Amino acid sequence: MASTPSTPSAPPVPSAPSAADPAAPVLEVRGLAKLYPLTRGVVVKRRTGAVRAVDTVSFDLRRGETLGVVGESGCGKSTLARLLVGLERPTAGSIRYRGEDIARLSGRALRAVRRNIQMVFQDPYTSLNPRMTVGDIIGEPYEIHPDAAPKGDRRRAVRDLLDVVGLDPEHANRYPHQFSGGQRQRIGIARGLALRPEVIVADEPVSALDVSVQAQVVNLLERLQDEFGLAYVFIAHDLSVVRHISDRVAVMYLGRFAETGTGTEIYDHPTHPYTQALLSAVPVPDPEARARPRQRILLPGDVPSPADPPTGCRFRTRCWKAEPRCAADPPALAVPPELTGGAAHPSACHFAAEGTTA
Amino acid sequence: MTRLLDVRDLRVAFRTRDGVADAVGGVSYAVDAGRTLAVLGESGSGKSVTAQAIMGILDSPPAFVTGGKVFFQGRDLLTLSREERRRVRGAKMAMIFQDALSALNPVIPVGAQLAEMYQVHRGMSRRDARARAVELMDRVRIPAAAARAGDYPHQFSGGMRQRVMIAMAIALEPELIIADEPTTALDVTVQAQVMDLLAELRREYAMGLILITHDLGVVADVADTIAVMYAGRIVETAPVRDLYRRPAHPYTRGLLDSIPRVDQRGGELYAIKGLPPSPLALPAGCPFNPRCPRARDICRTDRPPLYEVSDSGATDAGAQGRASACHFWKEELHGLDPLDPLGAAGTVGPLGG
Amino acid sequence: MPEPCEPLQPCEARSDTSSDRPVDLAATGTATLQSGPRSRPWRRRPLPRLRWRAAAPRPATGGPVPGNRGLWSDAWHDLRRNPVFLLSALVILFLVTIAVWPQLIADGNPYQGNLAKAQDGPAPGHPFGFDLQGRDVYTRTVYGARASITVGICATAGAALLGSVLGGLAGFFGGWWDALLSRIADVFFGIPILLGGLVFLSVVTSGSVWPVVGFIVLLGWPQISRIARGAVVTVRQQDYVLAARTLGAGNGRMLLRHIAPNAVAPVIVVATIALGTYIALEATLSFLGVGLKPPTVSWGIDISSASTQIRNAPHMLLWPAAALSITVLAFIMLGDAVRDAIDPKLR
Repeated sequence: MASTPSTPSAPPVPSAPSAADPAAPVLEVRGLAKLYPLTRGVVVKRRTGAVRAVDTVSFDLRRGETLGVVGESGCGKSTLARLLVGLERPTAGSIRYRGEDIARLSGRALRAVRRNIQMVFQDPYTSLNPRMTVGDIIGEPYEIHPDAAPKGDRRRAVRDLLDVVGLDPEHANRYPHQFSGGQRQRIGIARGLALRPEVIVADEPVSALDVSVQAQVVNLLERLQDEFGLAYVFIAHDLSVVRHISDRVAVMYLGRFAETGTGTEIYDHPTHPYTQALLSAVPVPDPEARARPRQRILLPGDVPSPADPPTGCRFRTRCWKAEPRCAADPPALAVPPELTGGAAHPSACHFAAEGTTA
Repeated sequence: MTRLLDVRDLRVAFRTRDGVADAVGGVSYAVDAGRTLAVLGESGSGKSVTAQAIMGILDSPPAFVTGGKVFFQGRDLLTLSREERRRVRGAKMAMIFQDALSALNPVIPVGAQLAEMYQVHRGMSRRDARARAVELMDRVRIPAAAARAGDYPHQFSGGMRQRVMIAMAIALEPELIIADEPTTALDVTVQAQVMDLLAELRREYAMGLILITHDLGVVADVADTIAVMYAGRIVETAPVRDLYRRPAHPYTRGLLDSIPRVDQRGGELYAIKGLPPSPLALPAGCPFNPRCPRARDICRTDRPPLYEVSDSGATDAGAQGRASACHFWKEELHGLDPLDPLGAAGTVGPLGG
Repeated sequence: MPEPCEPLQPCEARSDTSSDRPVDLAATGTATLQSGPRSRPWRRRPLPRLRWRAAAPRPATGGPVPGNRGLWSDAWHDLRRNPVFLLSALVILFLVTIAVWPQLIADGNPYQGNLAKAQDGPAPGHPFGFDLQGRDVYTRTVYGARASITVGICATAGAALLGSVLGGLAGFFGGWWDALLSRIADVFFGIPILLGGLVFLSVVTSGSVWPVVGFIVLLGWPQISRIARGAVVTVRQQDYVLAARTLGAGNGRMLLRHIAPNAVAPVIVVATIALGTYIALEATLSFLGVGLKPPTVSWGIDISSASTQIRNAPHMLLWPAAALSITVLAFIMLGDAVRDAIDPKLR
């Protein structure tokens, strides 16, 4: 087990009996779905359709593991993040934290569970209340959950948190606008750590930062994970960063996982056409690559609207392998039986293959 | 041979409540027709301000051009009258911005905005201008261009809007295009499409392209020469291959090391410590010295000029246009250990391929 | 999006000086990638273990913490330098003072006059002349400030409070509560102010300020509630409010700690400007005869009674009208200055 903090510890959150097994997943998500109904009319609202932001997503997350979720805009990854931390209620499916379904909780039970799953937001400029000092921002979790740190120790806990994320504890009574973007992101991370969660959902935590600062924050996140045994759901659109930090990766498209696997499997042996296109589009910072032209797959058209996704396989409108079967029969996210080795990981395609030929 | 654009020692200062900020402190770079210059830098490096000064769209106040010359086809733009500058800006130089939604007029359909350029600058009739506009939209590969000419900017997706902006930029076939972070807000697949389009158009029209970005990956694909900016100054210029393989400035090397690569899974990332300086309080000497692993006493007192870099291992035999603003560029170029340049622990000599 | 300048008071990550300090993650200067052509020849420093708690006392950072500038103090700093603000604030201060202590500068009697001197011009000791009933116009003008300032401030406070609470709650909870409130506000918006005043206030016999205040609050809260609702809706979507919710904050905490302080700025701006218009409104209602009534001293009443004699004795109209104009102008200028100071922070 990771080292236990030496500050006076709160009584542990009561956990379900199945949590006694340390190898059991910390988070089990099954069939998660979120639909936003589209309505017309002012007084009497008629339902005309639904935006299927997240449509049956399932995964497990183990302690100390990082699951990277990659996808482009509109794929539903932000909605997934909000579902996991309880900012949205799922329309269907379950989220089990240590065996207990937290998706349907409310009130005090939800509050208690929130201590274990926290979030780091994308935009360092809007994720901190501009009218609160940094010390207040980081100390707020303790005000909401007084049992997490007794009153006398709160100041010290805040200072320790600032220290852990690499900021000067003397700056606790400064305001967010006096810090740079990378530092604000660290403050956000410190706030997320305050309640000692087991799972942190990071929604594009470094996208808004400069390159050199990104590296600092990514390093910080990795260190914290090693030290405190945190599990991350790392959501991003930057494939390079995701590769760097993730143990397992899920590629998301229009609300569904297209392909899941370990980092090596996805990046070195992609089998889903979308993943292949995505990887080929990532600019590699190596001009030598220009000399050996790699096969650049250019996807035609735009991402279809999530309010009106294609039937069957959602990627078929832009896929070069598409056949009539793809429109009729939505492919399941399963390991393709004919593939072996690095390519044998779940992929939602009828024609999953390592090469790009149809 | 006069270069298409030749910026010499450009300086821009901002008058703020807390004093005068040196946003750009003497920047010089040049572009030729048919070539691409990438200006690389992070927030606060002054790259966008430089471009705006070249285009002449700086907000004055609070920004003021305090020195330098901007030669465009031999004429110094800074000495021109407002009207002349405006004419040059419309017809010969064009700019593409990061956020297409705020750069396009939201209440005028896209086709009309494009047609307006022809009506105003070329005096074409409305019908001819509209026809040209549709042709243009077709050229930038907007599907069903004729049908979409009547759509408003918000009805397009991000990538499509960016294409519209590119269309507006190339409408009058300018000689120079400045693209300020054109693909930063776009998804990776769309980014690839847009960059391809830009490269193709640049080839077809033999334009000069200045690409301003912080994305080292995009630059590697597209640029011929790279100028790296830091704290309002150029710290290194080099042909693209040389910059990536053998950088001659610690900041460049730090940047290259700190980006994760999609084809590598590494351990910890190298992170340049500290933060970029505020333009109100630039450090004495080299502006990078507080963060530089190589910094020595001279770095803290003497600001390094742009030294000419001669590199025996360069890909081009007559490697011209390589410069670095570091007192110890030779050591950096050869990858010497900053702590122990001549010791046994370090490697002396050029890096392996 | 790249910002043109770094924050003006950069807070540096601590520079790594001594090596026995707990790890400073920002200052890690060396590392190697495990693979790739760019292996660093630089030595890798061993990285100290992270500790939850600082083990060694930290060397003191040099000097006291530099000036801590919250957003309100920034706004105040801007305001202090704005000549429009200073001028209007001075005028308002003066007006409030004489509203509370009119005796400071006027020692006559505003209620009784000498009929023999009716409509006379300026005389020694009576610089503004006399009105229709022989009362000293100067004294009445000074005493009139009290009614106007009282009505202005109380009506604004009432409308702002009622409007912010209703609008804020509507914006926060949304749904049918919001729809209901918006429709109610629309109803009140639809009532023309002067017409409504004529109707509602004509049945009121008391001449004191409170019916007028009540009426203005009743018709003024929808404007504020709309602003408040808009501000709350904007703030509610900010990430820091969502962050508070993920921490487990309840509605009360979110409203008081996060939403209210950030949504209050536009309300302040509108309320300050509305103050000026409310004073003008009171004067108009009193002019029409349905607002304040004698014996309360009001500029509107004076203007009304003097309007018929404008050719013979213009001084009876001139001075109360000028005082009214200056007062309204002062408040509107104040509102403008406040808006300019607060607005950049809203951006």
